[in-house]
Amino acid sequence: MEYFTISLFNGVVYGLLLFMVSAGLTLIFGMMGVLNFAHASFYMVGAYLAYSLQKIFGFWPAIVLAALLVGILGMVVEAFFLRRVHRYGHAHELLLTFGLAFIIAELVKLFYGNYPLNYRVPDALNFAAFQVFGTDYPVYRLLMGGISIGMFILIYLLLTRTRVGIVVRSAIYRPRMAEALGHNVPLVFMGVFGVGAALAGLAGAVAGAFYTTNPNMALELGVIVFVVVVVGGLGSLEGAMLASLLIGLISSFAVGIDLSLIDFFGLFGAREWAESVGGVLALKISSLSATIPFALMLLILLVRPSGLMGEKS
Amino acid sequence: MTESNAPLLEVRDLHAYYGKSHILHGVNFYVGKGEVVSLLGRNGTGRSTTLKAIMGLVPPKSGKILLNGRNLAEARTYAICRAGIGYIPEEREVFSNLTVDENLRMGQQSSHDGAPEWTIEQMFEYFPNLKERRKTKAGNLSGGEQQMLTICRSLLGNPKVLLIDEPTEGLAPKNVAAVEEATHDINRRGVSIVLVEQKLAIALKVSTRVCVMGHGQIVFEGTPEELAGNTKILKEWLAV
Ligand SMILES: Nc1ncnc2c1ncn2[C@@H]1O[C@H](COP(=O)(O)OP(=O)(O)OP(=O)(O)O)[C@@H](O)[C@H]1O
Ligand SMILES: [Mg+2]
Repeated sequence: MEYFTISLFNGVVYGLLLFMVSAGLTLIFGMMGVLNFAHASFYMVGAYLAYSLQKIFGFWPAIVLAALLVGILGMVVEAFFLRRVHRYGHAHELLLTFGLAFIIAELVKLFYGNYPLNYRVPDALNFAAFQVFGTDYPVYRLLMGGISIGMFILIYLLLTRTRVGIVVRSAIYRPRMAEALGHNVPLVFMGVFGVGAALAGLAGAVAGAFYTTNPNMALELGVIVFVVVVVGGLGSLEGAMLASLLIGLISSFAVGIDLSLIDFFGLFGAREWAESVGGVLALKISSLSATIPFALMLLILLVRPSGLMGEKS
Repeated sequence: MTESNAPLLEVRDLHAYYGKSHILHGVNFYVGKGEVVSLLGRNGTGRSTTLKAIMGLVPPKSGKILLNGRNLAEARTYAICRAGIGYIPEEREVFSNLTVDENLRMGQQSSHDGAPEWTIEQMFEYFPNLKERRKTKAGNLSGGEQQMLTICRSLLGNPKVLLIDEPTEGLAPKNVAAVEEATHDINRRGVSIVLVEQKLAIALKVSTRVCVMGHGQIVFEGTPEELAGNTKILKEWLAV
């Protein structure tokens, strides 16, 4: 029971963080029709910037500033890089974002070194929120979850309740018609790109202090976020939310499950046979936890290629 | 011609391409204030392309698009709309993922110097169907309702000139009448119209002037009476 409750909390919080990054990725995909390989790099830049800025401005101001700066970086990337190669087609855009991800990773190594940073949750925030079955539950995890939920509500209200939101949704669907109705669509796209990047930056700034901040974090998270977006349905915000939570929970539960197929066969009295076979049957779920999301993605692609909430096209 | 009585919209020697294929070979026509000008012609003669080129959706290669004497040929599409030109495409292009209300709000723009102003309530007077369905996703509307929605959406941008591409195509007779009626009323309230229309009878009835297009050029320009009496043009450029 303790294991279950803690895994549930951890999974939800991790899922919410995944959502902050995948929200931008899926929105940008809906807009440009291209997966932005550099998206998780915004997450990493957020963490590194927050680390540097907190020494000057303190923890919270640094997090806000880092998110804003990453947002600006995103807008620059859209307006001065992606928009220029757009007319050459998707392949060029894809290559550009790919290259960008490498450049960002190398720059980070150049300035900060190729090892994990000592970026930590400040002591003032490093205490237990409550106890679950005698174990302290860190308040910072709850804060991360709260920030993600806050961002989700904010984006949702922005998209559904405001005129800007209506323009964004229309422009994603029919950019040329939206422009013919007098809306500056290139500006809208730049804004969406900026907001998506800022969200990823915010996630990095917040999560970098709790998990690790190192030059590989973009790559590691990027792969998972890619899975989230495919599972949720490319371009679907609700799908990204659902898939983020799903994958967050799966990752969190799988780590602690020490069962293998041997135990499964044991249920039918074939434990000894299974143990003698060994091999695949002896693989523990916990040691597979990193691959489960990919298995899920493969499964989704096979049975429902448009993703959980994707359009049927 | 002095600036004051210059036409509201004038297209001068407009050339446009799709990739390498040359579609518009120097289109010339004008629309005076309060006029309804129809562009007629066989399929594929470039009528839709002319409207798209005016909107900057197909970039003009050369030529001028003058609105009140100001050249818009190199302006961005959104700026052309804001300058006072509304566009209703042939394919309707409603935002299916948005409700009727949201589609209408997408069209709203502040009024430009002296252009007639429209409200959502007025739109519902023209087409009461839409009012009942204002919370419906536009993708679930019938073809006729979608056509009404696109007309209203563009009108809410308070245009001086409205470009309408085959508004009655594929509509039931009842809806054809409603659209025709609305078009007439919109014009009466001071919006000039460029109408691309396949049905000669409708064009002759609603237009102050008609232009016939052939091979990417205007091959005839005159009043509806002049066209109706010109069997040579009718035969050569319009008979199917
Ligand atoms: N996107 C496009 N790419 C390439 N060629 C096009 C494109 N759209 C139209 N054309 C070609 O341009 C020419 C003019 O097309 P346009 O749509 O302007 O015709 P139209 O007069 O509106 O006729 P209709 O609407 O009855 O088809 C046609 O020969 C058509 O095949
Ligand atoms: Mg046409």
